[in-house]
Amino acid sequence: MDLLPSILFLQSILAATWRMATPIIYAAVGEVFSERAGILNIGIEGVMLIGAFTGYATAFASGNLVLGLLAAILSGIISGLIFAFFTITIKANQIVVGAAFNMIGMGLTGFLYRAFFAEGQGTLSLKTFQTIEIPFLSSIPFFGEVLFKHNIMVYATILLIPLAAFVLYHTAFGLSIQAVGEHPKAADTVGINVFLMRYLSVIIGSSLAAVGGAFLVLAYADQFVEGIVSGRGFIALAVVVFGGWSPWGAFWTSLLFGVFYALQLRIQTMPGVLIPYQFLQALPYLATLLVLIGLTKRRIRAPKTLGVPYK
Amino acid sequence: MKEDCAQITDNPGIILCMQDIFKSFPGGVRANRGVNLEVLQGEIHCLLGENGAGKTVLMSILYGLYTPDSGSIYFKNKKLEIHNPKDAINNRIGMVHQHFMLVETLSVAENIILGKLPPWKTLNNLTAVHQKINQMSTDFGLNVDPTALVQDLSVGEQQRVEILKVLYHGADLLILDEPTAVLTPQESENLLDFLRQLADLGLTIVFITHKLEEVMQISDRVTILRDGKTIATVNTLDTNPKELARMMVGRDVLMDLKKKEGQSGEVIFTVEHLLVNDERGLPAVRDVSFQVREQEVVGIAGVSGNGQSELALALAGLLDCKYESMTLNQKSINKHDLSNLNQLGMAHIPEDRQKMGLILPFSVSENFIVETYKNEPFSKTGFLQFKKIKNYALSQVKKYNIRVGDVDEDIAHLSGGNQQKVVVARELDRRPKFLLVNQPTRGIDIGATEFVRQQILAERDSGCAILLISTDLEEIFALSDRILVIFEGKIMGEVIPEDIKIEEIGLMMAGTKIEAA
Amino acid sequence: MDWVTLQTKLKKFLRSAWTPLAAIPIALSIGAIVLYLAGYDPVQAYSAMWQGAFKNRAAVTEVLIKATPLIFIGVGLAVAFRCSIWNIGAEGQFYMGAVASTAVGIYMGALPKFVLVPLVLIAGAAGGALWGMLAAYLKNRFGVNEVVSTIMLNYIAIFITGYLVTGPMIETAGLFAQTPKISENARLWRFLPPTRLHIGFIIAIVLAILLYILIFKTSVGYSIRAVGINPDAARYAGINVKRNILLAMAISGGAAGLGGAVEVAAISYRLYQLISPGYGFDGIAVSLLVNNNPLGVIFSGILFGALRSGSEVMQMNAKVPSALVFMIQGLVVLSVVAFGVYSYVSKVKEE
Repeated sequence: MDLLPSILFLQSILAATWRMATPIIYAAVGEVFSERAGILNIGIEGVMLIGAFTGYATAFASGNLVLGLLAAILSGIISGLIFAFFTITIKANQIVVGAAFNMIGMGLTGFLYRAFFAEGQGTLSLKTFQTIEIPFLSSIPFFGEVLFKHNIMVYATILLIPLAAFVLYHTAFGLSIQAVGEHPKAADTVGINVFLMRYLSVIIGSSLAAVGGAFLVLAYADQFVEGIVSGRGFIALAVVVFGGWSPWGAFWTSLLFGVFYALQLRIQTMPGVLIPYQFLQALPYLATLLVLIGLTKRRIRAPKTLGVPYK
Repeated sequence: MKEDCAQITDNPGIILCMQDIFKSFPGGVRANRGVNLEVLQGEIHCLLGENGAGKTVLMSILYGLYTPDSGSIYFKNKKLEIHNPKDAINNRIGMVHQHFMLVETLSVAENIILGKLPPWKTLNNLTAVHQKINQMSTDFGLNVDPTALVQDLSVGEQQRVEILKVLYHGADLLILDEPTAVLTPQESENLLDFLRQLADLGLTIVFITHKLEEVMQISDRVTILRDGKTIATVNTLDTNPKELARMMVGRDVLMDLKKKEGQSGEVIFTVEHLLVNDERGLPAVRDVSFQVREQEVVGIAGVSGNGQSELALALAGLLDCKYESMTLNQKSINKHDLSNLNQLGMAHIPEDRQKMGLILPFSVSENFIVETYKNEPFSKTGFLQFKKIKNYALSQVKKYNIRVGDVDEDIAHLSGGNQQKVVVARELDRRPKFLLVNQPTRGIDIGATEFVRQQILAERDSGCAILLISTDLEEIFALSDRILVIFEGKIMGEVIPEDIKIEEIGLMMAGTKIEAA
Repeated sequence: MDWVTLQTKLKKFLRSAWTPLAAIPIALSIGAIVLYLAGYDPVQAYSAMWQGAFKNRAAVTEVLIKATPLIFIGVGLAVAFRCSIWNIGAEGQFYMGAVASTAVGIYMGALPKFVLVPLVLIAGAAGGALWGMLAAYLKNRFGVNEVVSTIMLNYIAIFITGYLVTGPMIETAGLFAQTPKISENARLWRFLPPTRLHIGFIIAIVLAILLYILIFKTSVGYSIRAVGINPDAARYAGINVKRNILLAMAISGGAAGLGGAVEVAAISYRLYQLISPGYGFDGIAVSLLVNNNPLGVIFSGILFGALRSGSEVMQMNAKVPSALVFMIQGLVVLSVVAFGVYSYVSKVKEE
C-alpha cells in the first residue's frame, strides 16, 4: 500500500522537528521576555554563538556537559548585562547595539575557536547528551518515534514553556514586565523599577538564547563550528512576532518553522520533487511578513514601547 | 495670608495642611510661589484656577511626583516627607491623573494589584482580589468587571478603574485632576454623584478643576489659585460663580500695545460646524463656527484642554475633522486642500515649536526654509542655493532682531524666545492672508514676548486675518478685536475686549454661556 | 575662503570626526587584550595586519577591491539611516542586484559592450531598489517595522538566489551551484593589471560623492533629512513623509544592488550562493562609524576593507584567526555608540 512510505516520511520529518526547533524555542522564549519589557534584541544570533562556544569549550575542557551548560548560561548573563547596559543605561539605539553584538559574537567565537581548537590534536567531539528513550511510551508506533526519543535538552523545552508562561502571566514579576513594556510611566508610578525590570528581562532573554546556542553543541551536533548558529537567532525574532509575543505561541511557531526546516532538508535529497527546497526554506520568513502585515488589524500587537528607551 | 500648619496639627478636623510650597522648573517657570492649602477631613475641596495657576503641580507634589523647593506638608497631623508616589500611597493618599496610568493589555484586577505584590508572588488566588473588586463595585455602583481588559473599557469605565485602584489599597485622601475632561455629561454626573457618596463615607476629596459649574455643584469649600499663589479659600455656599470667576481670572487686563482701531474688511476665512476628535477619538471640538476678516484679530480664549489644540491641528491639516463648510479667500476648502493650506495663503505658528515648528538639529538657516526649500530662489534645479539661503536668513535675523551667533549653527542653541522668533519670522514672511497663531508666547522671555505681539499687530494692520489661540488672557485682550471663548469644544460667547468685564470672561471660560453682546 | 571660515570648518569637522577617530584605537586596544589573553602577540598580529593590507601595490589594490562593496552598501545605508529608516536588509538588496545583473549579463550577452555594461549596472541598481522599496511600501501602507521586514527579506532574497543558481540559472545541471559566466561584454574594466582593481571602485567613489551632494546640497536631501529627524514637523511643513521614506529606501536598496552588480561584473563574473559574505551587516558598521556621511563612508569602507584584507594575511602569516576582525568591527560600533550618547549627554549638561 502506498500509505506506509508516506507515513514513514511524515514520521521522520516530525521526529526531527522538535529536535530542530529546540534551539529556536529557547531563544524565542527568551526574546519574548525581552520584547515584552520593551527591548528589541536583534543580537540574539551573537549571544547564541557565544553561548554555544562557551558551552563547548567548557564541556570539552572539563569533560562535563552540565558544567558546559552552566558556563553557557553564565555567558548569556554577561552578554545580557552588557546589552542592557548599552540599551537601557546609556539608552543607545537597540538595533545598532544588536547588530554590534552579532559582529562581536561572530568574531570572538570564530577567533577563539580557531585559536584553541582548530589545530586539532585528536578529536574535537564531545560526548553529547544522549537520546533518552522514555520507556513504554517510546514503543508507541509513530508517536513513539516522534515524541519520546529525544535528549534531555529537548524534553526540557516542554517544561520551559509552561514555566515561562506561568512566570509571565501568573506572577507579579511577569505582570511588572508586561507593564514596563506597555506603559512604563504607569509602572513607574506604582513603584516598579522600570530599569531593573528591563535589565532582568534582557538577561533572561540572553541566558535562554545562550542555552539555545549551547544545545547546538551539547546535543544537536557534537562540536562547535564557526557560525554554527547559522541564522537561528534571526528566525527566533520572526518566531516571536509570528507567535504573538507569547511563550506558547513561540513554542508552536518554532515547531511549525521546524517542520519546514526538516522538510526542506529532506527534499534536498529527493530528486524529482517539484517544489524547490528553497521555497520551503523561505516559507517561515514569508509567513512572518504576512503576519506583520495582518497585525495592523489584529488585537495582538507588539508591546507599545518596543525599541523606545525609557527616560 | 500666612498659614502655620504646625500650629494647626492638634486640630483633627484638618486632614491636610500644605504650607508655603515653592516649586520652580528649569527654564524659569515658577509654578508654585508660596501656596498654602488647608483641607478639612471628609470634605470635597476644589482647587480652582486657570492654566499655569499651579494646581496640578501642587497636587503632584503631594503625590510625590515632584519634590518642592521649599515648604512643608502635614497630613493627619504629622509632618510628611514624600519622595515618590509609593510614599504617598503608603500614607493613604491616592491620585487619579488626567492621563490614566493603566496598562491596556492587562485586566482590571491585574492593574489594581500591579506593583503591590512582591515579585515572586503568584497570581493564582486572584479570586480574592476579584471578590474584593466585585464587592467594592457593588457597594459604589461602579459596575466594573475585574476580568475585563482595560483596552476594552470605555474612557469613563477606565476612570472608574483608576479610582477603584486608589480605594482598593485604601485611601483617606483622594486627588482627582480634571476628571471630567474626558467624560460625557452623563458620565460626569455619575462621577460627581459617586464622589459625593465617597465623601459621605468619610473620604476626603481634592478635586482640581477649572469648571465653575462643578465647583458649585460638588464642593464644600474651594481654594482659588492664580499665578502660583493662593488667592482665597471660601465656603462654596458663601460664594457664587461670578465671584469665583473674578478671583480666578482677576488681573487688571491692560497691556497698552497701542492697538490701532480695527477696520476689518472682507471675510477671509470661515468655517461652519467644525467637529474634531482628539487623538483618542473623543470629541474635542463640538460644532464650532466662526469667521475672520482682513485686518482683524479674532482671539480664542479658554483654559487649555477645551479643544484649542485640536482646532489648530485640524486647520493645519494634521488632524482629521468634519465640517459643513470652510472657505479661505472666498474659495471653498475641501478635505484634500486642508493638508496644504500653506499653498493657499495660510500660515501657522504652532503651539509646540520644538515638536512641530522647527527641526532641531538643523541650522537656523535651514529652519527658515522648511516650507519653501523646494522653490526658487532657495532651490534651483533641485540644488540648494546656500548663499541665497544664508542671505535670506541673515536678513530675517536682522529684521526680527533674533539673537543668533551664526545662522549656520544648530537652532537648538537658541533660546526659546529666539527660536519662536524664527518661526514667527518664517511664517509672517510668507505674507499670508490668513494667519493661525497658537500660544505664540508660551515659554519665552518678556522681550521676545513683546516683540512677537507687536509683530502680530503689525501683520494685522497690513491686512492679514488672524486667528489667535491663547490661554493667556492678557494676550488675548491686548491683541484681539473680537474674542470667542471656547469651553468643552464649544463657543460660549463672543465679546469685544473693551466692553467685557473680567467676571464675564471668567464665567464663560469656566462654562457658563452668555448671550452675545 | 578665508582663514577664519577655514578654521570654523576644521573645528566643525573635528568635532564630528573625533568619535570615529577615537573609537578605532579603543576597539583595537580591546582586541589587543583579547589577543594577549589568547596567547598571541598583539604587536605581531597588528603589524602583520598592517603589512598585509599596505605592503605593496597588490595588497593595497586588494584593500580597495574589498572596500568597494562596503562603500556601495555603506553610502546607501547612510541615506536610509539619515531618514531614520533602519535598513538591515542591505544584504538582501545586494543579492537581488547581483541576480538582476547576472541575468542581464548572461541572457543579453550579445549586446555590445557600451550598451551592456551600463545595462548590467542599471539592472543591479533596479533590483536592489525594488527590493528596498518593498520594505518601505510595507512600512508606509501597513506600518510594518522595517527592522523585522528587511531581515525577513534578506533571507527570502538569499533563498531566491539559491534556487536560481541550483535551478534555472545553473551552469551545468547537477554540478556546482553557480551560473555560467556573464558575457565578456558585460565585464567591468580592470584598469590596473595584473591587479584585480576594477572600475567599479571608481564608480563607488563617484556614487559616494553623488550621494553626499544629494543629501547635503539638494532639496531632496533636505526633505529626507527633515523626515529622518522630525517627521511631524516635516509633515506639518508640507513634506510628504511617505514619499521620502520610499525614496530613501529606493536609493539605499539601489546602492546595495549596484554593489551586487559590480561584484558580479568585476570580480566573480558569475552568480553563486555566497556572493556576499555578510557585506550587508558590515555596511551598517561602515556607515555608523562616520555618522552616516557618504564621503566619510569612503574612508570607513577602505578602513574596514583594510581590516578584512589585512586579517586574511594575518591569519596566513601570523597564524592569528581572521575572525578577530569581526569582533573589532563590532567593538568599533559599540564605541561609537557609547561616545555618541556621551556627547549628547554633555551637550544637555551645558544647557
